Amino acid sequence: MQRTRRNRLITVAFLFAGATLTVGLLLLAANENLNLFYPPEKVVNGEAPTGTGIRAGGMVVEGSVQRTGDDLDVEFVLTDYQGSDFTVVYSGILPDLFREGQGVLVQGQLDASRVFRAEQVLAKHDESYMPPELADLDLDRGSAP
Amino acid sequence: MRLKEFWHRLGSPRWFYQMSGPWQLGFTVAAGVLLLVGIIWGVAFAPPDYQQGNSFRIMYVHVPTAILAQSVYMVLGAAGVLLLVWRMKLADMVLQTMVPFGLAMTALALFTGAVWGRPTWGTWWVFDGRTTSTLVMLFLYFGLYALRQAIPRPEAAGRACALLAIVGTINIPIIKYSVEWWTTLHQGATFKLTEAPAMPIEMWAPLLVNVIGIYCLFGANLIANLRNEILRREQATKWVRELVARPLT
Amino acid sequence: MFDSFQAFLDMGGHGLYVWLVYGSAVPLLVLNLMKLRRARRQLLRELKATQAVLDDATHAT
Repeated sequence: MQRTRRNRLITVAFLFAGATLTVGLLLLAANENLNLFYPPEKVVNGEAPTGTGIRAGGMVVEGSVQRTGDDLDVEFVLTDYQGSDFTVVYSGILPDLFREGQGVLVQGQLDASRVFRAEQVLAKHDESYMPPELADLDLDRGSAP
Repeated sequence: MRLKEFWHRLGSPRWFYQMSGPWQLGFTVAAGVLLLVGIIWGVAFAPPDYQQGNSFRIMYVHVPTAILAQSVYMVLGAAGVLLLVWRMKLADMVLQTMVPFGLAMTALALFTGAVWGRPTWGTWWVFDGRTTSTLVMLFLYFGLYALRQAIPRPEAAGRACALLAIVGTINIPIIKYSVEWWTTLHQGATFKLTEAPAMPIEMWAPLLVNVIGIYCLFGANLIANLRNEILRREQATKWVRELVARPLT
Repeated sequence: MFDSFQAFLDMGGHGLYVWLVYGSAVPLLVLNLMKLRRARRQLLRELKATQAVLDDATHAT
């Protein structure tokens, strides 16, 4: 390779490496803040702050959804299936995909007794899709963790 | 020796123009046919998802455009290196003419994502790792466009864009791994190179057709834009003058 | 498969979203394919005009 070209290639490579390093360090420094939500473990062990607006996420425990009092008030438990779970209370319309056994994300505040008072509930879905007939057969999909 | 010769030829716009005509036709026809088949298959014949129902069909547009938006950016980055290091004319043309296409794909991916998010997640938009890094890519495309307009000297504009394109490729792995590095509302990758997709064939087959089709569309755009730009830049040369003098076909 | 054309349009209540996506993407793709052809013809016409002007200028001197 010609010398000038080699020098230009080295310059570009150094520039790119420098920029990558900068961005990498920035992402590393901001790592915690880049997470969209607190998993159940961090809500339970106290890492998630109380009394301030946060997001938390987890799987809706089967059979935990209870309509309390008025028509839109609802209460359910979120879990990571690893022993951490917490209660969410919410008043409002739940998204279509809200189902027991599915992932959801709640936005709101943790009160002093670590009950999550949600202002918004979002449904999370994964990348495994299935036709309804197959789902009815209740096949083991092999993609569950 | 062969490789070196090919390398030199690739640097010759005239050679590229003369060999690329049939390629452009091929890519255009393939893109038209594949996208027609894939879209009709996806919107009308693929089964609905057991949870999302028919809003799942949005995936057949969202995933291909999102994949292509990133691929176009990678091509711009590679063109940036070829331009800065080897001063390849064709690379400069790629860098100039493919920005609007990449911009359109990114905008389409973001738009379809928002429309899909509304019925499934329950919100049009959320600032999670995947969506935010894709938004950054949209701004990078805007930046490449604006930078080209802002610098009057073509050569200087080309080098400035090359630099921005190269540095911007850092964002691509961030988009890709955002769903693994951080907690996001966005789901994981639909197509992975190492595993079979987590859905039955009647669901992923139309998606694959659309992905291949949209890559063909990218090829057709790339070649067509290059051919036009070659004619424009080389219009004073004898071979272009002769070509232009022929009746329109 | 859909039972009826009405069901196809309705998309199980998600018609608005599905058709918003396909209704924006399909015209964009069609326009893009049409542009490929038009841009080349337009350019050739332009270059032809420029060259005619240039040729006239050289003949005149």
